[in-house]
Amino acid sequence: MAADTSVEAVTPATDGARPAASLEKPAPAAPEASEAGGARADGLVLDQETIDATLAGLDALETAVDAPRPTAARIWAAIWPKIAAVVLFLLVWQIVVWTGWKPDYVLPGPGAALSNLWHQVVHEEFWSALARTLRRAIIGYALAVVVGTVVGVAVARFRLLRTAVGSFITALQTMPSIIWFPLAILLFQLTESAIMFVVVLGAAPSIANGVISGIDYVPPLFTRVGRTMGARGASLYRYVIGPAAWPSVLAGLKQGWAFAWRSLMAGELLVIIPGHPSLGSLLENDRQFNDAESLLASMIVIFIIGVLIDSLFNAVDQRLRARRGLAVRAD
Amino acid sequence: MTAVLDTTAATATATALRVDGVSRAFGSGAGRLVALDHVSFDVRAGEFVCLLGASGCGKSTLLSLVAGIDRPSDGTIEVGGRRVGLMFQDSALFPWLTAAGNVELPLKLRGVPRRERRARADELLSMVRLAGLGDKRPHELSGGMRQRVSLARAFAQEADILCMDEPFGALDAMTRDLLHDELERIWRETGVTVMFVTHDVREAVRLGDRVILLTSRPGTVAQTFEVELERPRRIDAPEVAALANTITTRLRAEVTRHGR
Repeated sequence: MAADTSVEAVTPATDGARPAASLEKPAPAAPEASEAGGARADGLVLDQETIDATLAGLDALETAVDAPRPTAARIWAAIWPKIAAVVLFLLVWQIVVWTGWKPDYVLPGPGAALSNLWHQVVHEEFWSALARTLRRAIIGYALAVVVGTVVGVAVARFRLLRTAVGSFITALQTMPSIIWFPLAILLFQLTESAIMFVVVLGAAPSIANGVISGIDYVPPLFTRVGRTMGARGASLYRYVIGPAAWPSVLAGLKQGWAFAWRSLMAGELLVIIPGHPSLGSLLENDRQFNDAESLLASMIVIFIIGVLIDSLFNAVDQRLRARRGLAVRAD
Repeated sequence: MTAVLDTTAATATATALRVDGVSRAFGSGAGRLVALDHVSFDVRAGEFVCLLGASGCGKSTLLSLVAGIDRPSDGTIEVGGRRVGLMFQDSALFPWLTAAGNVELPLKLRGVPRRERRARADELLSMVRLAGLGDKRPHELSGGMRQRVSLARAFAQEADILCMDEPFGALDAMTRDLLHDELERIWRETGVTVMFVTHDVREAVRLGDRVILLTSRPGTVAQTFEVELERPRRIDAPEVAALANTITTRLRAEVTRHGR
């Protein structure tokens, strides 16, 4: 019996009957191979139940287990170093004042500055100045985001445009925004438009650069996958290229904000519109009236706005990294 | 005798994919690189074909051509209106979407309503044994799980032809063997046509109805091997090893040619 099967295996009867000569037929190698169930009945072939169970086991073993820390502990861990840093800074400031390096009316201590701030916040003028500054910042930044995104996508997409203006964008970005003010004042006089002009010019190049490098660094495999799914043109940008570029775009937005805020502060110092109080004009007034306490109070406000906006960007960034598995436990 | 009848019956079924005299060259002049040179073969509907070859045989180029994201320099590729899904060694899941979100995206791009999309994604995730893990992000899944999500995503494209580019190349042996079983089951259940690219000869014999061996630089069809071993096969079964040895010998001869 065993001899019979082995003879059959060596000279397969079907060989001559193959329709296509170019197709090579495999020679069943071992005698037991021709006994259909032979190799399979010995437990080497797994039944579906075993396959599923093993697969489930592997899945469970290979899925990362992440023990979450309690929220309160996390918030405390994020906040106490910041508090410590602020306390340390105030302490250093106070020590400098105590040394008597400058007279009190030029460099008051943190206590005087903070109490001045406390007196300012109860007045309507402070809030209207703050509101105007923030409104300018938001409108200017929003315009810069629109301009920067449109320019960025266009430059990333069209080779000719990139060759033509690609390097100019970075050059524009490195130009200090304050040098635009003389031109802006000539063009728009002392108006809101002059300030907007410089804020947009200051922020848009950073945003455009973020968009360009974001699109440039989209892994080609993602684009390829997107195309096989049927994404073309706008839908490819919306569902694949956009989200893939988002981390770099976000970095550009963050940098763009820094430029917008700096440009705005410079603008508010230079372009003072009568009857339009702003944080910048308050600073300039304080300098003219030698009111150091009020001046420092305004600067503290500007710093706090910077901190708040930065933590907003950080929160978005943190969420993005957590979702994509890039999270670092730095808060 | 029955084997011959089976083959005849299978040949009579529709051709899902016809690759006819396809060439693909990149660049021009002295730097011109011919990746594929007059490659021709047919794939029957529901057939599992493995493309096998050493580096530089243009396997991936061929898959891009079949998937329609690249055009041949010469020759034609006919899929008869069938949809082609692609799967890669890197699962290429989008990290900004959940597993379910990844599976839903092809449906979304085709305008399938949300509720229907959800249901279909759940169904496909169950098919790859990942039911209930739809909310996980790709980075929370293991390599094997990501490949299964990727497989589900390929099926969400309603693919009639599934092109797989070394999909299990980066997995450990145990996971890979299990995914062979899984892929075979899903292939049987769905009747999808599979074009599976690999450089692992045993894997090709384990999975394929047919193994097409490609030469390198340029890629041409060197030889075609019918695999008539009964399924399910084990990758370490002696008859799989025997055929793999035959193919490896032929492949080695092909590779040696380039060393001279």
